[in-house]
Amino acid sequence: MSDAVGQTKQFGKGKRTVPHPAQKAQKWYPVDDESQPKKVRKTLRPTKVRESLQPGTILILLAGRFRGRRVILLKHLDQGVLLVTGPFKINGVPLRRVNSRYVIATSKRVDVSGVDSKAIEKISAPEYFTKEKSKEKKTEEAFFKQGEKPEKKKVASARASDQKAVDQGILATIKKEEFLSSYLATSFSLRNGDKPHEMKW
Amino acid sequence: MADIDVKIAEWKQVEVGRLVLIRRGPFTGKLAAIVEIVDHRRVLIDGPSGEEKKIVPRHVLPLAHATLTPFTIPQLPRAAGTGPVKKLWAKNEIDNKWAKSSFAQKTDRADRRKNLTDFERFKVLRLRKQARYEVQKSYAKVRAAAAKS
Repeated sequence: MSDAVGQTKQFGKGKRTVPHPAQKAQKWYPVDDESQPKKVRKTLRPTKVRESLQPGTILILLAGRFRGRRVILLKHLDQGVLLVTGPFKINGVPLRRVNSRYVIATSKRVDVSGVDSKAIEKISAPEYFTKEKSKEKKTEEAFFKQGEKPEKKKVASARASDQKAVDQGILATIKKEEFLSSYLATSFSLRNGDKPHEMKW
Repeated sequence: MADIDVKIAEWKQVEVGRLVLIRRGPFTGKLAAIVEIVDHRRVLIDGPSGEEKKIVPRHVLPLAHATLTPFTIPQLPRAAGTGPVKKLWAKNEIDNKWAKSSFAQKTDRADRRKNLTDFERFKVLRLRKQARYEVQKSYAKVRAAAAKS
């Protein structure tokens, strides 16, 4: 603001600097105080999952399409999301993300150190599970055709091969222990007289 | 007149030396010996078991909180201190006798069952099924043999 400099003027005997009009104090001031934005006292903290949820733990899923199924925990993803696998061959549960809140951790652990770490890394990328947009546009014709013969959903071959790569190592270790495979294949349910709050897992 | 055998009823008595099972309070499920009878409702007990976990300190227990067991420490002196009780306890092999009793075995089993993990529960289910299958198979054999003859 080089131009906004005041002038020095003679007033009678004395001199006085007169500020530039731009520098003059405002004649009016707002009636209301300017509202201060609220200070946010929350901070982003990394989510902490239960100690019982270590990779390799067998979990019981409590919600979703595969509720009741016993699955193997592979990895923690962001925000308390867990990456699990059935293994698919044993109980039909694919590689899947589940909420750690809707899961019971059992005390049984399976060794998952033999799992291909590269494949896991690829799967745990955030885009991996996003749905691909359909190439065909929905036309009116297609809409009417739909009623006749719904098209079957195809599983991407890349997904299937990833599933195989991950499950391979786990399946070998599962086979070694008696009853473990059939344990994973059966789903959990409560019967009469069962008290889940008193059970040990 | 027919001969009648009169037998003295074998009551479990509240007596010095009688072993009781504690059913309420902090020592629930533990075994202790009656050392002195305070009055008709309360007794002084002491349970200096050989195992650290099963020790019951000397205290007064209402009889309503106790179950009499068939075991006694014979000739336990009245109001004996913890030392002599411990000696006689070991001499009479009370811990052993109690562990072999059907009550103790049953509670042990129930306890173990309760503390099974999910995988262990599944294994129990499977193994019981297998055992049942074998039993039924042999029954079927016997039945078939019986039908023929």
